[in-house]
Amino acid sequence: MQEFSLLGKKPTRHGFGEGLVVLGERNPNVVALGGDITGSVMTSYFKEKFPDRFFSIGIAEQNATTIAVGMALSGKVPFFASYGAFCAFRNADQIRISMCYNEANVKIGGGHAGISVGPDGATHQVLEEVAFLRTLPHMTLVVPCDFLEAKKATIAIGEMVGPAYIRFGRVDVPMFTTEETPFQLGKAEVFHPGNDVAIIACGSMVWPALEAAKELSKIGVSARVINNHTIKPFDYETTVKAAQECGAIVTAEEHQVHGGLGSIVAEAVAKNYPVPMEFVGVKDSFGGSGDPTELMEKFGLTWKEIYASALMAMKRRDKGAVALRKVNEVESYSQA
Amino acid sequence: MELTIEFREKAFENKPQSTENLQEIANEIRRDIIQSLVLAKSGHSGGPLGSADIFASLYFGGYMRYKKNEPWWEGRDRFVLSAGHMAPVLYATLANAGMFPKEELRTLRQFGTRLQGHPGRDMGLPGIETSSGSLGQGISIAVGMAMADKLLDNTDKRVYSLTGDGELQEGSVWEAAMSAYHFKLDNFCWIIDNNDCQIDGRIPEVMDVYPIVEKCQAFGFDTIVCDGHNFDEINAAFDKFLANQKNKTGKPTAIVAKTYMGRGVSFMEDNFKWHGNPPNVEQAITALQELVL
Ligand SMILES: Cc1ncc(C[n+]2csc(CCOP(=O)(O)OP(=O)(O)O)c2C)c(N)n1
Repeated sequence: MQEFSLLGKKPTRHGFGEGLVVLGERNPNVVALGGDITGSVMTSYFKEKFPDRFFSIGIAEQNATTIAVGMALSGKVPFFASYGAFCAFRNADQIRISMCYNEANVKIGGGHAGISVGPDGATHQVLEEVAFLRTLPHMTLVVPCDFLEAKKATIAIGEMVGPAYIRFGRVDVPMFTTEETPFQLGKAEVFHPGNDVAIIACGSMVWPALEAAKELSKIGVSARVINNHTIKPFDYETTVKAAQECGAIVTAEEHQVHGGLGSIVAEAVAKNYPVPMEFVGVKDSFGGSGDPTELMEKFGLTWKEIYASALMAMKRRDKGAVALRKVNEVESYSQA
Repeated sequence: MELTIEFREKAFENKPQSTENLQEIANEIRRDIIQSLVLAKSGHSGGPLGSADIFASLYFGGYMRYKKNEPWWEGRDRFVLSAGHMAPVLYATLANAGMFPKEELRTLRQFGTRLQGHPGRDMGLPGIETSSGSLGQGISIAVGMAMADKLLDNTDKRVYSLTGDGELQEGSVWEAAMSAYHFKLDNFCWIIDNNDCQIDGRIPEVMDVYPIVEKCQAFGFDTIVCDGHNFDEINAAFDKFLANQKNKTGKPTAIVAKTYMGRGVSFMEDNFKWHGNPPNVEQAITALQELVL
């Protein structure tokens, strides 16, 4: 298994921008639509390279989404990108009916995901879109963990047929995957071996999950880290296997704990092989202004939180007693 | 040169006043915008500087009725910043109006601040009537307030809302306009900050939403075009709104204010690249020098 180390830092949005250019080179039907923030969500790369296949739609996310549907129904492969706050929710109805019900081959790039958007504050820190998008029939939903994976994921959704959404962030985040790291839509990857506890993470929380696993190994706990980049279609097999072999699970995501990756894992586990679970994520609150690193700490999105949650999940598994479980849950919530 | 930050407590009044006084107030607002942004190290310079004159007239020319010591006074007029990213000008205006200590402008965009990057109502900052930041929503909220004030509560309270011109590309803006006309909201005043700039470029290049004036007219607004940096014209526009309400015209008012993004700071003026950036220390020093009155 690949050993991951820190290779540098870059925002995942750059991976999206570069991936889109690769697609543009490979397929003349790929087009891009801009929503007045092309320089932040990096559709600007595509715009420079293929000006004839780029269309500025202005600040009109609903219109952009449905224009994209019209183009898709005319054989094009349109990518529309904006901030996730506006291109997953302002246009939610358009995504549901025109894009998904039509099975239109539209791709949406949702930037500025999560609390790490920083000083712009709650309005721009989208923390709920995974909960919405993963419930839509026909949708493919990817949350890549670093720059290179974002690039691979962008290319992958551009080369499959059907509605898709890719979630990426604003700030520099660790780069650690390489060209050799396997990436396949719909297939979660084990990034660190272990059988004592499983940490299932996506996006910006995969690196902290690896850090937590490293720290856990120092106290003799072997944690399996799973990079669950594709939220939909969900890789049930990898999750259920983790439940069976590890018996305790922590999920980690830069998203509300309600409705995101944690909820999906919980559904999978409850149906197939129930084990104690802990959830690292934002706990039913809006974000706020602040420095990105500071915010990640204040909202409990760190390797330390994953580490503590892993121990908690294991403790609950090992003690088993219902009464104790209740006590522990109260503790873990008051910690958060 | 060193950067000296000084938030000067002022006792500006809110009443019909001379162009010179309003100019002084607008200048102070601009200085505070620059100071709070350089400290925040992020945030929007262009729109806030460009609309400072409108804010000076609105809050200090006797058009908005408010009590600085009783910010949530029942009888107040309300202002909704639909273009939420322009928060720095609203914060600077409210601070100069005495709604909160000017020193608080230091906290812009920092963790736990009441001065969120985009207005957050949950923070309870006096003068912030609603959260905003997703373009095209504030104006509808303002229409709802005007409906409640006029149609349900039978008051003569006024509601003002400012949108950007790029913001006009959001279809929901025009849904709001349609309702303001339909419900005969002569207590509603829509201000459009027409600086012809948005993030990706000039308005006609990104998505041509012109002609704005004719659109507002077609939507049933008494539409007034003014030079957004000329106090005589800005005041005349607000006076017309007051007259419309007083005369029960049953027509909402739209003020299309022709402005320059970044007004008052030479190197920012009329340049869309300044939509969303703060000045660095050197730039702030230069800007504050230019804003000495
Ligand atoms: C619904 C929505 N889409 C996109 C954005 C991102 N955004 C913030 S400001 C802005 C440009 C606004 O242009 P304009 O209204 O002309 O304001 P100005 O540039 O003059 O400050 C955009 C696209 C947003 N805040 N809300």
